[in-house]
Amino acid sequence: MEISFDNVSYIYQPGTPFEHRALHQLTFTIPSQSFVAVIGHTGSGKSTLIQHLNGLLTPTSGVARIGPYVLQAGEKNKDLKSLREQVGVVFQYPEHQLFEETIKKDIAFGPANFEVRQEEIERRIYAAIDAVGIQSDMLERSPFDLSGGQMRRVAIAGVLAMEPRVLVLDEPTAGLDPKGQQEIMDMFYNLHQEKQLTTVLVTHSMEDALAYADYIIVMDQGELYKEGTPLEIFLQPQALNKVGLEVPEIISLSSTLEKEYGITIDYKKQTLEELAEMVAHQLKGRATHE
Amino acid sequence: MEKSFVTFKDVSFRYQEEQPWIFNGLNISVNRNEWVAIIGHNGSGKSTIAKLMNGLLFPQEGTISVDQMELQDETIWDIRKKIGMVFQNPDNQFVGTTVMDDVAFGLENHGIPREEMKRRIKASLNAVGMIDYIHHEPHRLSGGQKQRIAIASVLAIAPEMIILDEATAMLDPIGRKEIMKTVHQLREQRDVSIVTITHDLNEVTYADRVIVMNKGEVWYEGTPREVFAKQRQLDEIGLGVPLVTQFAHELKRYGMELEPEPINQKELVDALWKYHSTM
Repeated sequence: MEISFDNVSYIYQPGTPFEHRALHQLTFTIPSQSFVAVIGHTGSGKSTLIQHLNGLLTPTSGVARIGPYVLQAGEKNKDLKSLREQVGVVFQYPEHQLFEETIKKDIAFGPANFEVRQEEIERRIYAAIDAVGIQSDMLERSPFDLSGGQMRRVAIAGVLAMEPRVLVLDEPTAGLDPKGQQEIMDMFYNLHQEKQLTTVLVTHSMEDALAYADYIIVMDQGELYKEGTPLEIFLQPQALNKVGLEVPEIISLSSTLEKEYGITIDYKKQTLEELAEMVAHQLKGRATHE
Repeated sequence: MEKSFVTFKDVSFRYQEEQPWIFNGLNISVNRNEWVAIIGHNGSGKSTIAKLMNGLLFPQEGTISVDQMELQDETIWDIRKKIGMVFQNPDNQFVGTTVMDDVAFGLENHGIPREEMKRRIKASLNAVGMIDYIHHEPHRLSGGQKQRIAIASVLAIAPEMIILDEATAMLDPIGRKEIMKTVHQLREQRDVSIVTITHDLNEVTYADRVIVMNKGEVWYEGTPREVFAKQRQLDEIGLGVPLVTQFAHELKRYGMELEPEPINQKELVDALWKYHSTM
């Protein structure tokens, strides 16, 4: 599903002393089936932006289009329910929203609300727990008996059971251990490809933005600061530093090595293994010449 | 001789009777003025340790002592004055409408006289570099700034130990660095023990000692360098090592052994120069 923002501004509590401009004349397009990372300093407008994607917020001015759905000021959108069926949002710390007695009921809650047939709900529950790595013998247990990492998976399964076409992820790995982080991101990436989803990832992890996104939107003070492929964005460290962001560590490591040793790396998403090979090769080659 | 500030002796704990033990006979300690990082996979018991340290939870068996006082109902308030905690979500720990009110809140609870309160508020905000924000509204600050205010609120109580329980998990990379820098500067100004509970491997490199928890047991204890030398074993228990350390491991495959094994970029650069000059 293509997502496009045309001059979207959003102001919280307009006309009051608390008026706060969170988004300012934002224009961008996310092509269908792309994986886009939204990065920016705390308070740059990332969360406000994604709340437009499932109609939790409507622009104060401008137009947001999510597939066939149009959100604009002053117009009540009758299709909001259908929009929310298509756009699944995994909010920050989604496990805080678990509430049902059993894992099964919690996952079924979303589709049941959208009047999905019972057999279909059953099928989706099993597909969702399979995707997130929860065993089926756990379905009758209380979600509150699980560890934090497992609760996160159950909450995500609840979103997946909606079978959305667009997946919006707000810091989905915050608070997880390194292995858990990698597993969850790999899981989303596989789903993205398998189901041909359009995925929007809000993240503080520049590493994840580099590894998974095919396009990056950089926000600063409610405005679109830059957009481009991960390499276009991350090979401009000064521009990022200016808005309180840094490049992924592998890129800063490459540039340190280039600067300190005059090695040519020309970073193009090489893995750490490839990087080590380049560095070892060049340093050793130099030693034999001397 | 007594150097240890917090001591867990044969501590066993579980949340409910039918549930499995989180720890069964845990022995750990944190020394005065020491910085200890506790790492481990989700569910390894890290955060439970923090909550046991200042009496938010009590063990079923074993003893916990702080500054040579055994943690009990009678000592809990004295002990809480000695240990300050900063939690994960900066938005959940504000009560005041201004930064000053917020820092004052804890002091009021401890019955500190007004003049002394003013002095401490200023001193603690200075210590975290946030004195210019004294009249600001906390909710308008960035995540890193909020956590620095949370640290200032804790400092104002003049604790002998500060526990940062995943206090940087919700921050952006620059916010994380702000906090680490603040803690560093603090330790230069005064004696204080630090316990950081974290998944961030770069944060671990600042500690004097690392306790690696796995399934409720101490899996390994040592300096960051000693811990990160166990890359393969750490991978197996769901943890990792910093990128720079991984890189140094990769270089070994080409016969490049760096000494000492680097854990940050500066050490890598130094070790590579050294290696290069002896080649």
